[in-house]
Amino acid sequence: MKKQLLTLRVNARSHEIAIEANALLLDALRRELDLTGSKRGCDDSSCGACTVLVDGTPMLSCTMLAASCEGQEITTVEGVSEHGALAAIQKAYGDWGGAQCGFCTPGFMMTVKHLLATNPDPTEEDVKAALSSNLCRCTGYSQMYEAIKAAIEAEQKGMAGAR
Amino acid sequence: MTDFSIIGKPIAMIDAAGKTTGTGKYTDDLSVPGMLIGKILHSPHPHARIKRVDATRAEQLDGVIAVVTGHDAPNPYGILPVGHDEHALALDKVRYVGDNVACVAAIDEATAEKALELIDVEYEVLPAYFDPEESMKAERDLIHDNKPHNIEKDYHHAFGDPDKGFASADHIAEARFIANEVTHAAMEPHSTLASFELDSQTGQLGRLTIWSSTQVPYYLQHKLSLVLEMPMSQIRVIKPLVGGGFGGKSEVIPLEIIAAVAARKAKAPVKITYTREEVFWAHRGRPRTIIDLKTGVTNDGRITAVKARVVQDGGGYCSYGVVTILYSGALLGALYDIPNIQYYGYRVLTNKPACGAMRGHGTVNVRFAFESQLDELALKIKMDPAEIRRRNLLQPPCVTVNGLRVQSYGLPECIEKVVEGSAWLNRKGNLPRGRGLGIACSHYVSGAANSIIRSDMPHSTVNIKIDRDGGVVIYTGASEIGQGSDTMTAQIAAEVLGCSLGRVRVIAADTDLTPIDIGSYSSRVTFMAGNATLRAAQEVKKLIAAAAAKKMDCAQEELLFRDDKVVIKGQSDKSVRPTRADATPTVSGRVENQILRGSLQQKRKDDDIPKETMSFEEAVVAAIDFHGALTGTGSYAPPPEARGGKHKGGGVGPSPAYSYSAQVAEVSVDEDTGEVAVHKVWAAHDCGRALNPVSVEGQIIGSVWMGMGQALTEEMIWKDGLLMNPGLLEYRSPSSVESPEVVPIIVESIDPEGPFGAKECSEGSLAATIPAIANAIYDAVGIRLHESPFTPERVLAALRAKKNAKALNLTEGVDPTAPQRFREHGGALCFKGKGPQRNALDLVPAQS
Repeated sequence: MKKQLLTLRVNARSHEIAIEANALLLDALRRELDLTGSKRGCDDSSCGACTVLVDGTPMLSCTMLAASCEGQEITTVEGVSEHGALAAIQKAYGDWGGAQCGFCTPGFMMTVKHLLATNPDPTEEDVKAALSSNLCRCTGYSQMYEAIKAAIEAEQKGMAGAR
Repeated sequence: MTDFSIIGKPIAMIDAAGKTTGTGKYTDDLSVPGMLIGKILHSPHPHARIKRVDATRAEQLDGVIAVVTGHDAPNPYGILPVGHDEHALALDKVRYVGDNVACVAAIDEATAEKALELIDVEYEVLPAYFDPEESMKAERDLIHDNKPHNIEKDYHHAFGDPDKGFASADHIAEARFIANEVTHAAMEPHSTLASFELDSQTGQLGRLTIWSSTQVPYYLQHKLSLVLEMPMSQIRVIKPLVGGGFGGKSEVIPLEIIAAVAARKAKAPVKITYTREEVFWAHRGRPRTIIDLKTGVTNDGRITAVKARVVQDGGGYCSYGVVTILYSGALLGALYDIPNIQYYGYRVLTNKPACGAMRGHGTVNVRFAFESQLDELALKIKMDPAEIRRRNLLQPPCVTVNGLRVQSYGLPECIEKVVEGSAWLNRKGNLPRGRGLGIACSHYVSGAANSIIRSDMPHSTVNIKIDRDGGVVIYTGASEIGQGSDTMTAQIAAEVLGCSLGRVRVIAADTDLTPIDIGSYSSRVTFMAGNATLRAAQEVKKLIAAAAAKKMDCAQEELLFRDDKVVIKGQSDKSVRPTRADATPTVSGRVENQILRGSLQQKRKDDDIPKETMSFEEAVVAAIDFHGALTGTGSYAPPPEARGGKHKGGGVGPSPAYSYSAQVAEVSVDEDTGEVAVHKVWAAHDCGRALNPVSVEGQIIGSVWMGMGQALTEEMIWKDGLLMNPGLLEYRSPSSVESPEVVPIIVESIDPEGPFGAKECSEGSLAATIPAIANAIYDAVGIRLHESPFTPERVLAALRAKKNAKALNLTEGVDPTAPQRFREHGGALCFKGKGPQRNALDLVPAQS
């Protein structure tokens, strides 16, 4: 298939790439832009390891066309850390054991980022429901809840300090 | 000494930031210039002879660089020396749907996939065997010609006097239990990148470098050397980050060999990454196990004898099978004091993907049967199920009737802790109908005392190097697969050397750089690589202490290494600030005492004044002035007295130490739908000493969670050798909403031989979860389930059987070999709507 030029805006930078019209967003990110943080775990949108934010909404990049994202703001796990430092959720996942093998972690980062952006003070049920879009085989999820709690606390403290 | 500065503190894994930021590299994230993509052609038949493979049309396709078949690498291999029955690609026969027939290396994935369809293979379809008990009767069309009756291996063990034991029992229970097949489903699909370099001397293909998602780099190097006929020293295996293993990457997986063979033929680097469906076919998971179990107890709850006949559905190749069937029998011992054990184990070949090692290797399914039966017997003698377990405790130190040495034994405390935590005494039997509590125990080895390759070599060796910068570099072959092995190593070295964690860098699992470690399996890393690290660090510390003692004018024994300082014991400031694990390391960028700074004269003057304290850097520099760069090495081999009995098969089961677990599960059962929900699990685990409590708790929770998956939903559903559910959704790995609250309780028995007393914590908890849930279901609604997973169908069938009602057949009339629509009931994608061809002589048991 003939390649086409496409401009993708990823993590606040614009990239012009040449890809097939049927190329998946995940492949464009991983192969063309070398953003290998987003993972392929299942091929059929059942695991969530490839989750990215498209205009702020979590999407499975393994089952959407790259070409359909032109003009939209894509955020991958590589765009989560802030000002050269770990974001609160990234630090908390490390501290509380939210990541073991780490393969599903990029997907969870995106899911949690969206959760906290839309619901800054989620209940335990909210967290469980949000996380159910992603699979993890190592942690049994419990330590992720702790990490999310800790991250919210850290964010609130940080914001209080700023005031 | 229990006053540690780094051991026992909850710290973030040293590689956590790479994982949360996405910068950490797994094998599939790597690429090298000129890299080709490999795709494998799989067998559509469960059992067939290959009459002809013609790749001419595929080779002619533009973009195809090479097509490899079995004859490109005909040497057999297998993870066990007794089981060399696999080939890189099938030579003359395929033995399961998904077996490997050919591989295309092409410039991209699309071209490779297109080329697969152009390979012509002519098969002669043979009768296939799908049920182990049917397969054992086979007289002809054997799966492997040298395995009569398709039996890979059988063992007949008797310890003590089982018949006499049963004669002295007051109650005997006997039943058949079945645990269906489950798989690891690690989140990272297997991936391998193979690259040859040209040799400067010969000008031909020279050394091979392999990056692979493996738990066992050293075994991979060994098997590659056999198949490729290359010396091991010409092969470098590098393990990047691995996205979970659970045993599924603890042996050589076909793609690892195929990638190397393809790279050799294509004369270019080749990367192969499995699709999720291929991961299911590669499998090597926990076999479907049929357990006929008989247990006798006295009226006061003492177990008098156990008799187990175990049949495992091993799939088409040996894999770890011989070890699996031995573990099933051996670990009947070492949990409770059982004086008489009879064990008959049969590992049977069938035309399905090979089963191998999976978390709790060989012990899990038998434990489900045993703990369920013990619960039944407790009921018979009207004894509390927690009490009957207490009545049968071992009295360590001891050696069990089947030759297993037990030294540290935290099981009694584990039982107490979960009984207390769950308010067992008040709540057991007093919950509303439909809700119940169940208890069960389990255990596991902290590393196998005997390596797969019988030899006297140490199981782990670790090197440490410290140079003038004060940075500590650890070289270890231990494989980090997400369990925290790198962090464990760093913690132990930092604790011994009294330096901050920030100084320590771990170089791991690269056969060119790191000394041999036999891999991350059988929960051996903390115990064995941990001990090797401890010894290496102690060796280096001795060198530093000798130099520091001279400078400080004291005896070496008086020195205390702590918090990046070397001080004289007793004179040390009592208020030494405990090092925060996450504190910034005091790497100053300037090293005191370097003669490069200031004059040599001044240095000599300073040196004359005995110092009261030295910084870690100063002490290191002083030692280097004496010795040159500091290096230390440590290794670990299990002691001879822990290596087990002399009986045939006695080499599997022995371990230098065993972990223990007790669990209480609280469940509810919906009697209308048959659905079981697990609400809470209290899990106490004796890990010897928790080196990093966050990690230990994570391993306990993860084990319990995976056990719950096997108990309730996970099952590989086979119809005539075809997997019905080769996808993560269909396989039904539990999501966050289906997962219970797990209360991890750490019990520390301080093992006399473990590093700082530590034992394993990653596998032992899994086995108790399934029977704890089964026993809780009995408590809730009075049904004893003999087959896992406890799906709504099975629960409903048991509930209806209890009322003497006819079981519902929910899948009546469904023929999976002829799906009405695409992927009906799951089904493999490769058939594109067609079922596999069947031979008229197929021994298919009547549809159950």
